[in-house]
Amino acid sequence: MTSTIPLSHYLTLAAVIFTIGVFGIFLNRKNVIIIMMSIELILLAVNINFVAFSAYLHDLAGQIFTMFVLTVAAGEAAIGLAIVVVYFRNRGTIEVADINLMKG
Amino acid sequence: MTVELFIFYIFSIVTVASSVMVISSKNPVHSVLFLILAFFNAAGLFILIGVEFLAMVLVVVYVGAVAVLFMFVVMMLDINFVELREGFLQYLPIGALIGVILLVELILVGTSWAVSSGTDLAVQAAGINATPTGIPNTKALGMLIYTNYFYLFQSAGLILLVSIIGAITLTLRERVGVRRQNISRQVNRKPSETVQLVKVKSGEGI
Repeated sequence: MTSTIPLSHYLTLAAVIFTIGVFGIFLNRKNVIIIMMSIELILLAVNINFVAFSAYLHDLAGQIFTMFVLTVAAGEAAIGLAIVVVYFRNRGTIEVADINLMKG
Repeated sequence: MTVELFIFYIFSIVTVASSVMVISSKNPVHSVLFLILAFFNAAGLFILIGVEFLAMVLVVVYVGAVAVLFMFVVMMLDINFVELREGFLQYLPIGALIGVILLVELILVGTSWAVSSGTDLAVQAAGINATPTGIPNTKALGMLIYTNYFYLFQSAGLILLVSIIGAITLTLRERVGVRRQNISRQVNRKPSETVQLVKVKSGEGI
């Protein structure tokens, strides 16, 4: 499909959302749930890039790869939230700054 | 400005604004709701570019599953979110610095690519991945996924299975002191182990 919207519009939008996601990780250093939402935003930006290139190059591989990115993102969210729940059960807080048990 | 471009601007402005609200809102429940709004608008952008199937997958998977999962966890955990926002502005300068650097770099990459190649997108994909004309997007994707990308599709299912098992084993806890039915123990009991026949003499107790 040839759209009247230039490809650069989609790329700029994806770059802006990606930057917002990275910025969100820095801004919410303590709240791990918001950090995970920022990661979801970053993955959304990547998906927008894949889909835009796929549509403009008439190549379906980008859309198939986007499906796998969605799969991995869903799994990551499930496991990450499970870890957050277990951590909250054990420590009573989800402050990322407190996670220094292993002194890494 | 065509109608398509106008709709694109509406969707993208709402997406960017709600993404900003995701990272900056005080209440995490509002963050989740803005995340849902951002994903809805991204799905709208996908439909605008002619990618219907992934738009629907985005709505079903993200809005229907992932965002609801986030919502459950945010509401289930008893967290003092005001405390978590202390030091919110402490990381603002370095975050803004890195964000601006990242954005400038991304835009530089994009513009240099556009200048050097002259956005020559007339190159049509050839081979198995080329978008077939005349059939819907969903059908075209299905024809590829179930043939050429079948093993990858199966391994995606395997990844989901592993994440299910991981999430369940992480959050499952055995409560001590709870009486519960153990069916295999019940079935395996023999009368000889449990029933004791005692000959009671008359006039005496046991």
